Amino acid sequence: MLGLTRKDFQLLLIVIGLTMFAPFLLNPFPETSALAQFNAGYPDLLQRFVIFSIFAIGFNILFGLTGYLSFGHAAFIGIGSYAGVWMMKLLTMNIIPAILVSILVAALVSLIIGYVSLRRSGIYFSILTLAFAQMCYALAYSVLTPITGGETGLQLRLNDPRILGESVTEAGNIPVPHLFGLETRDSLELALGNWVFTFNAGYYIAAVAMILAFYLAIRLFRSPFGIMLRAVKSNQQRMSYTGLNPKPYTLAAFVISGMYAGLAGGLMVAMDPLAGAERMLWTASGEVVLMTILGGAGTLIGPVLGAGVIKYFESIFSTINRTVLEGWFAFLPDGLENVVISMIYPFVGKGWHLTLGIMFMLVVIFLPGGLVEGGQRLGRLFRRRGKRDAAEGDPVKPAE
Amino acid sequence: MTKGTLSRRGLLKAGAVTGAGLALPTIFTSPAAAFTNEPTGDSVTLGFNVPQSGPYADEGADQLRALELVAEHLNGGGDGGMMQTFSSQTLEGNGIMGKRVEFVTGDTATNTDRARASARSMIEKDGAVMITGGSSSGPAVAVQALCQDAGVIFMAGLTHANDTTGKDRRANGFRHFFNSYMSGAALAPILADQYGTDRKAYYLTADYNWGYTTEQAVQEATESKGWETVEKVLTPVGAGDFSSYITPVLQSGADTLVLVHYGGDMVNSLTNAVQFGLREAQANGRDFQIVVPLYSELMARGAGPNIKGIIGSQNWDWKLENQLGAKYTGTNAFVRSFGEKYGFPPSQAAHTVYCQVMLYADAVNRAGSFNPCAVVEALEGFEFDGLGNGPTLYRADDHQCFKDVVVVRGKENPENEFDLVEIIEVTPVEQVTYPHDHPQFAGGELGACNAGA
Repeated sequence: MLGLTRKDFQLLLIVIGLTMFAPFLLNPFPETSALAQFNAGYPDLLQRFVIFSIFAIGFNILFGLTGYLSFGHAAFIGIGSYAGVWMMKLLTMNIIPAILVSILVAALVSLIIGYVSLRRSGIYFSILTLAFAQMCYALAYSVLTPITGGETGLQLRLNDPRILGESVTEAGNIPVPHLFGLETRDSLELALGNWVFTFNAGYYIAAVAMILAFYLAIRLFRSPFGIMLRAVKSNQQRMSYTGLNPKPYTLAAFVISGMYAGLAGGLMVAMDPLAGAERMLWTASGEVVLMTILGGAGTLIGPVLGAGVIKYFESIFSTINRTVLEGWFAFLPDGLENVVISMIYPFVGKGWHLTLGIMFMLVVIFLPGGLVEGGQRLGRLFRRRGKRDAAEGDPVKPAE
Repeated sequence: MTKGTLSRRGLLKAGAVTGAGLALPTIFTSPAAAFTNEPTGDSVTLGFNVPQSGPYADEGADQLRALELVAEHLNGGGDGGMMQTFSSQTLEGNGIMGKRVEFVTGDTATNTDRARASARSMIEKDGAVMITGGSSSGPAVAVQALCQDAGVIFMAGLTHANDTTGKDRRANGFRHFFNSYMSGAALAPILADQYGTDRKAYYLTADYNWGYTTEQAVQEATESKGWETVEKVLTPVGAGDFSSYITPVLQSGADTLVLVHYGGDMVNSLTNAVQFGLREAQANGRDFQIVVPLYSELMARGAGPNIKGIIGSQNWDWKLENQLGAKYTGTNAFVRSFGEKYGFPPSQAAHTVYCQVMLYADAVNRAGSFNPCAVVEALEGFEFDGLGNGPTLYRADDHQCFKDVVVVRGKENPENEFDLVEIIEVTPVEQVTYPHDHPQFAGGELGACNAGA
């Protein structure tokens, strides 16, 4: 269906199901319970999940298929964001032009950076992309302050022209981003007993974009073009000897993944109209590498899982402070409570990086294929046990 | 595939599905509150968004201490701190408008994206009705714009760039801390007094917004006193080693070095400057001098003995009331309750957020509502005293506090690690007041207050 094999179509359906029902799935704990801390079903985090999934899916097209490890991919998300905010400042608050221009500008810049960087491979390529990204960051942070807003970021203002829309709303405020009148901030709330589920317009817009991006990635992975990219990864020299030039393929992959990053950047400003230079910092570039490897490089669903795990840690674990811990362990006797809290505290709150780091190490050491490999191993375990049960079950059957 | 004949079972199924579909919108409710996160229970949630990692983590940790303290005081715990000395006496230790104060914390990491994500999570997930904290201008300006869009109040923490209440001012945002212009205006007369009116200044400026505005403010203020500017050099943020920028200073003909750096950069550049012998050097027949426009206790601690004799400005200092008398009442009350709880005196970063939360709580009580627009109205043009800075005005035109500015100097013989600076003088508020459309602040508009949903 849709040009996909049965298995890929099932995967697509799973992703569609997960994204559409995410507001339910990620809010499993009732509002009043102490575990509500772990709920992730609020618009900001949901939007982040899908937007960074798009970013990681795009990165995986380059890294997972061709093996070229770009350490400067955050530059494209930042450039996309700046382009998007400028469209909102100059043209209209409708997010469609902003997103389209984000993709186009990111494509253009990735073409230039890719053309230069892809002259080298391996570690040299990584360092070149890192250098370009840091250049973009430094330019945005200080040199280009009139265009990028510098440290304080590029923001909308009351006196922006916005020639196809209004500069100021009737109430005297800056208008908010919308899709033909549907504001990305709009939410519907569904209260069922103690549970409150929030359905946010911006999230569903981003989710549809993510599903399209995912579908495109599947088609790309299964296409002859995708096979060429895998050939680059397995042995580029052999490919050259057979008379094929790998350069156009790698450059195309680089630009496509740059466009994915531009789409992610455009969606970020569509949800929250501000672009800051920190989006392009090398740590942000490193984060997408972590996402892809944590989830499983070269797999379809891996980057999505990795993006989800990292964003969950960043948003949920970092908010667990000492007061929250004291609330959880209040039932313990005083001395024991302090011991337990002092043992857990370094791993939550501002120490969330530590937890993530340990998890990343465990995954890389024991599950080199990422979370996807973990899932496959679990699946095999159950299937094997199921078979064994069936085999053991056979002789018991009365032989009539 | 079966052909589409309509069976009884199929019809029933279709009917049920359509019915459910039609009924669906009626169980969804758009938030019906009058404003974003209207507190309905017996408690109200405030969001404390401070840097817990990154270059300003020390300031953030101190802010968090003060914020926990102010929540305790508002709920009637402890000794009440500045609640007793505050000129407006609407707070009674029963929370805000009788609702118990609860708070959530987040990490801004001194990163605009992280700061906004953290603030949005407080607003969307935890139902915070006010956000405060922050220790640099980038995140402050970003979160202020977010709060304006979301319809909650933002009480800025430590943010010194002019932009926060200048070109990036917002109706829902308020700043208690002083700014670059005030630093310049407060420092210039004292510098002229101490070092003479014909100094030649060399600027090393951090290459971002705060650096630009502070450099401009100090330059304009000192030039009006007769100083000359020899050269202005931009330095990258987080450079670590500034020696290559310090070397040309002595050959430039300048006799004063202005270090427009903050945090770790300031500690490093000052250390480099002292190591290169600038403190002992002579230029134009006079002692070479170094000036640091924005001082903080935490930076002074980091720079150690290098800070001795160096002049800078501060929003507040914990010795203010002891040294300059009852005009700065509130200072001792705050220092006492902070010291009793944590064992050392508070920094100015801690003081400013403590005041901000107290001012917000009082404004809600006076307005009789948590509605952001009512709070904005209550804070605009509000005159108060007893929060440690002397008589203070929250100006309606740009939501900036106007109060005296403290000019300090690194102490020659500090008695302990918290007593590193001595107060030289306090520049009275009249000298640091400027019109709200002053060129250094031009280009911004407050817009209208936004109550959200």
